[in-house]
Amino acid sequence: MTTTTTDFAPTAATLAKLRRKRWYQHPMYGRLVGTVAAAVLLDVMSGPQGSREDVFFSLDKSLGSMRVVWWILGAVALWAVMEFGKPLYQRFLGPKVGPLDRFTTPVTEPVKAVTAQARAKTADLRRIVWVRLGFSAVVIGLLILLPNLLSTFWNQVLVNEVAIYVLLAIGLNVVIGWAGLLDLGFIAFFAIGAYSTAYWTGAMPVDPPFKLNAFLVIPVAVATCLLAGLLLGAPTLRLRGDYLAIVTLGFHEIIYLIAKNADGFTNGPRGVQGISNFGIHIGPIDYDWELDPVPYWYLLIGIATILIIAFLRLEHSRVGRAWTAIREDEVAASATGVPTVKFKLMAFAIGASTSGIAGVAYASKARFISPESFLLLFSVLVVAYVIFGGMGSLWGVIIGTAFLAWLPQYMKDWVDPNDRFMYLGALLIIMMIYRPQGLIPSVRRKRELSMAKAGLGDADAMSEPAGGRMT
Amino acid sequence: MSITTTKADDRPRVDPGDQVMRVRGVTLRFGGLVGLSDVALDLHRGEILAVIGPNGAGKTSLFNSLTGMYVPQEGTIVLRDRSGGEHSLLGRKPHLVNRLGVARTFQNIRLFGALTALENVKIAAETRQKSGPVSIMLGLPNARREDRESDRRALELLHFVGLDGLLNELAASLSYGQQRSLEIARALATDPQVLLLDEPAAGTNPTEKLDLEVLIRRINRELGISVLLIEHDMRLVMSVADRVTVLNFGKVIASGSPAEVQRDPEVVAAYLGAEMAAEMTGATQAEVGGVPEEGSVPAQRDGEEQR
Amino acid sequence: MQPDEILDYLIPGIMLGALYAVIAIGYTLVYGVLQLINFAHSEVFMVGAYSALLALTWIDPSTNPTALVSVLLVAAGLAVSGTAGAATAFALEKVAYRPLRRRNAPRLAFLISAIGASYFLQNLAGKLFGRDSRALPTLFENKKVFSVFGTQVTILQLLIVCAAVLMMVGLDYLVNRTKLGSGIRAVAQDAETAGLMGVDIDKVISRTFIIGGFMGGIAGFLFGLHLQLSFTMGFLPGITAFAAAVVGGVGNIRGAMMGGMLLGIVESFSSPIFGESWRYVSAFAVLVLVLMFRPTGILGERLGRSA
Repeated sequence: MTTTTTDFAPTAATLAKLRRKRWYQHPMYGRLVGTVAAAVLLDVMSGPQGSREDVFFSLDKSLGSMRVVWWILGAVALWAVMEFGKPLYQRFLGPKVGPLDRFTTPVTEPVKAVTAQARAKTADLRRIVWVRLGFSAVVIGLLILLPNLLSTFWNQVLVNEVAIYVLLAIGLNVVIGWAGLLDLGFIAFFAIGAYSTAYWTGAMPVDPPFKLNAFLVIPVAVATCLLAGLLLGAPTLRLRGDYLAIVTLGFHEIIYLIAKNADGFTNGPRGVQGISNFGIHIGPIDYDWELDPVPYWYLLIGIATILIIAFLRLEHSRVGRAWTAIREDEVAASATGVPTVKFKLMAFAIGASTSGIAGVAYASKARFISPESFLLLFSVLVVAYVIFGGMGSLWGVIIGTAFLAWLPQYMKDWVDPNDRFMYLGALLIIMMIYRPQGLIPSVRRKRELSMAKAGLGDADAMSEPAGGRMT
Repeated sequence: MSITTTKADDRPRVDPGDQVMRVRGVTLRFGGLVGLSDVALDLHRGEILAVIGPNGAGKTSLFNSLTGMYVPQEGTIVLRDRSGGEHSLLGRKPHLVNRLGVARTFQNIRLFGALTALENVKIAAETRQKSGPVSIMLGLPNARREDRESDRRALELLHFVGLDGLLNELAASLSYGQQRSLEIARALATDPQVLLLDEPAAGTNPTEKLDLEVLIRRINRELGISVLLIEHDMRLVMSVADRVTVLNFGKVIASGSPAEVQRDPEVVAAYLGAEMAAEMTGATQAEVGGVPEEGSVPAQRDGEEQR
Repeated sequence: MQPDEILDYLIPGIMLGALYAVIAIGYTLVYGVLQLINFAHSEVFMVGAYSALLALTWIDPSTNPTALVSVLLVAAGLAVSGTAGAATAFALEKVAYRPLRRRNAPRLAFLISAIGASYFLQNLAGKLFGRDSRALPTLFENKKVFSVFGTQVTILQLLIVCAAVLMMVGLDYLVNRTKLGSGIRAVAQDAETAGLMGVDIDKVISRTFIIGGFMGGIAGFLFGLHLQLSFTMGFLPGITAFAAAVVGGVGNIRGAMMGGMLLGIVESFSSPIFGESWRYVSAFAVLVLVLMFRPTGILGERLGRSA
């Protein structure tokens, strides 16, 4: 904002006066306020759970005790070291810029150097097909052996949390990572897959025309989800990207409310029980997986492997290139003859059917589904997993998802599981600010983001970058 | 189509009776502003037609209308293919216009910066391929064959525009002139009958300009592609174009051979007038023309160029 | 539904619609200046409600307040919730959006950051105040004030509608008549140019969030007077209000008011027609239908020109 309107030419003295800042306007103090605010927030976040009787209980415990004082003192000390300790740490770390770099560089630089060296040394090796196949075989072999090394609890986690979510993330990666479409209703297709299983195995209040074996439900569920994806996508994928997010979210809520309210069909909030497990019952063969998680683990590894191979082929095909083109510049892509809506729809439908497969596996393993298994939260959860791992990078997504799905189970004795989404929300913001490319970034995404930062082009299928560009 | 050199010397290159593109009465309004008014234009098969005019005269709006990015409220735009079949381009989606054989480049180069030069051209070469996602995922032979074909085609075109050594460079890392060439190669990869070049010489140095001139001629003569060219560099226009059409305030004010147009008093007035007006008021030329080149446009499609 | 029952649903519908309109304005304002769906706006609403709960629990009103005390309590609730909403929105912009703008992040990053902020605030509230529903203390006896054709109108309904209308009139004045308002409109139309013309974009965006947050917070308090509070209370009104903003044309303030009213009334009538458990589907259904058939909303988009 202009401060003064004067009809005489300002002298150097008045200009200097205008430019001068008060001592408290120094950015240093802004950082102090920020650090202290963050400390108070952390104190509140790590405080006790609220109580039903007393609204103030949690705040009293976290703000009304010495804890908050320690947090604030710590923050001030940290701030002081950062602002005034410069000569001290620079002697050890060299003249690095950026407040976080001071702490991260001593760790990351050597790691980067080692990995770069290793990459350079193995570059030739990795190009040989047999080496790659051999490496994959070893990884798969280890995954097959994994359940034998773990307790039953962790085997359950491996199937129910890790494998199912990895499968979902592989599917969502196609939609978000490759086609650049934000789908917030991904779990809706998971629900459709799960309810299809319930329906075709005859567990729903409504009987199917003929019962199917759980294995045979997989193609049926894939087809159903594909169709649902096309029906939802066809009219909405013409819309701007952020509208798509809302429409998919609305779609999720509609599916959820149908599952909850269509009592006669879905059995409503009580859920569906007695969904049959995977098994083969032909004549004398009577083979059923029952409640043992291990066979499901193998099945899911198998499905995931097939999908990974298929999707990697897609990424490096004309389809993957078209997705990248649409993500980067939709106008140029369509002027180049790329049917943008068709390719977006393709990504959407492929994602939906993958979600459907995961739904079948989940329903058949759990034998019981209810609307509460398909909350909107879970859709956001998968989005968070994909972003954490690195949108568009299949390996990043798999590793990131596996890690984040495992972590809350591992931490459940120290951190209340209900707080998971609070930390996840914070993680999303921090990731978007400091590492939008994710844990293991995809090469293309990384380039796009660095170009966007320099003011060139976009990195998603949403046309304009948000907000007034800042210089 | 593979690159074949047609013998151009034996017969007249341009047949005025065979119009590859016919534009009649095209009127484009942005809210209250008129971007194009009753524009008529004929592009003969095999010719190079230049569209010139002061800034804001509606040249880019015309290109956007011809390629389906804007939908003009009135008029007809007809494309005739080699067998004589006629297709209306008005209101057709950009990718369908492209499929009918109209390719374009952009004034502000719009490459896929995070992809390599080869991939940029491959994307264009692949738009008419048949292999679907299923056959790609299964790795079927036809998908592999098509991938090799698009590789070959892209290499051929990169060679044609002189970018041989830069296949695996990122598009964003190329020099300005190289990016222009790459954009042209990408447009050529869609096998067009008509190529629309939007200010290809903008920002290039004199050597690159000469190369460009040669390239445009070769596209026209060797590939037999009709070229519609927007250009401000008059030397280039006069040397390369068979005919020139002049736009001002969204209207065609003159049309004819370069020499004729140069002598036309109205054209001289348009250029002088715009320049003088700009000098006198200090206003930008776009304001004088009254038309935003790429403004906020009600007639455009959803999701494209929201600005 | 009998004809004489229409008013029984229309009046609560108007009340609900007024609330949705106030929340929708928050979405529309932010969309105008940032072209961003502020997903976390529903949490601003929730924070408004909880801040009033904290303040009023702390004051601890007697069970039968006198008229004067009631008025003071409501005023305190309005003030606290508005301030808390504004502060939350301000912090939200500073922490979750501004760093991204500095980095020129793609739109997807903004959306994800918004979702992250939304879940963070929601679950932080859930942790701090418990995950069960709560009710605000009784501030006044919800008496009938007057009746329209036999349908009673309560104090609460009157209060909500009056507060909402006052806020909307105030906002309309602010946007159209004040310097800040013209700054907001300028940034909405073209942030880059506005910046070049000396508008402090950061300040305008920040204040836009504060205004939207203020209104959202008050709407949270008013909603809390009507229904129960819970940490997820923001979600349904939030998404309905967003739908309202889209129905009215995102970025269009008067459109958001109209859209809010419309959706409130539709929701109110859908419970007798389709059954109570389906009432929330109506908002989504309207949203999906509007986006499919008229994605620019009823009054059309744009904040700058039509607000």
